[in-house]
Amino acid sequence: MKELTVNATVDNISQVTTFVDEQLEELGCPIKAQMQIDIAIDELFGNIAHYAYNPDVGPATVRVEVLKDPLAVVITFIDNGVQYDPLAKADPDITLSADEREIGGLGIYMVKKSMDEISYEYKDGQNILRIKKHI
Amino acid sequence: MNISKTVNESTLNIALEGRMDTSTAPQLDEELKDSIGECKELIIDFEKLEYLSSAGLRVLLAAQKTMNKQGKMIIRNVNESIMEVFEVTGFVDILTIE
Repeated sequence: MKELTVNATVDNISQVTTFVDEQLEELGCPIKAQMQIDIAIDELFGNIAHYAYNPDVGPATVRVEVLKDPLAVVITFIDNGVQYDPLAKADPDITLSADEREIGGLGIYMVKKSMDEISYEYKDGQNILRIKKHI
Repeated sequence: MNISKTVNESTLNIALEGRMDTSTAPQLDEELKDSIGECKELIIDFEKLEYLSSAGLRVLLAAQKTMNKQGKMIIRNVNESIMEVFEVTGFVDILTIE
């Protein structure tokens, strides 16, 4: 298990992505799964950066665990910001036309569709969001 | 992400390179705000775009809404992983992809 704690800012998304990608590459993760995970990091860490401590800045921890048989990665995002369950939001209606579409809600929806598992808990003042992807 | 732009009469051509995500999507948003003007045709070339996240989808949706009023928008050379993003999110039905 490895983890990285940095300030939750948009500028730090690339550092988090590099940190996770290095471990995925060691595991021989297929490029498609890696891209899906990179997108998930952008969505989830980006959400924390935008909303958790707004308008202040605070820390977020990203933890990577590897499971064997079958090979999978579990990535956990932890922040101490305002309580927010992104999974509580209804899925967007993806059948609407461009003019009827609302901006928002698509990011977490994409993560739900591309990961094998996603879970959220609020514990000891921390938002804990976990994704699992078989690789 | 790199953005290159060429204007040919009322057609605006934009080529994207790299990743369109939370950090970089605002660049395209700014570019379109500056350049979209009264153009009748907006062509966005995705050949060198690796992937996009929802931040990129938001910018594309806003551009599509603008172009629905004044002309048309076409997206070209979409790679497989980005096409999957468009399919999952229903954007295949909103966008014109060639």
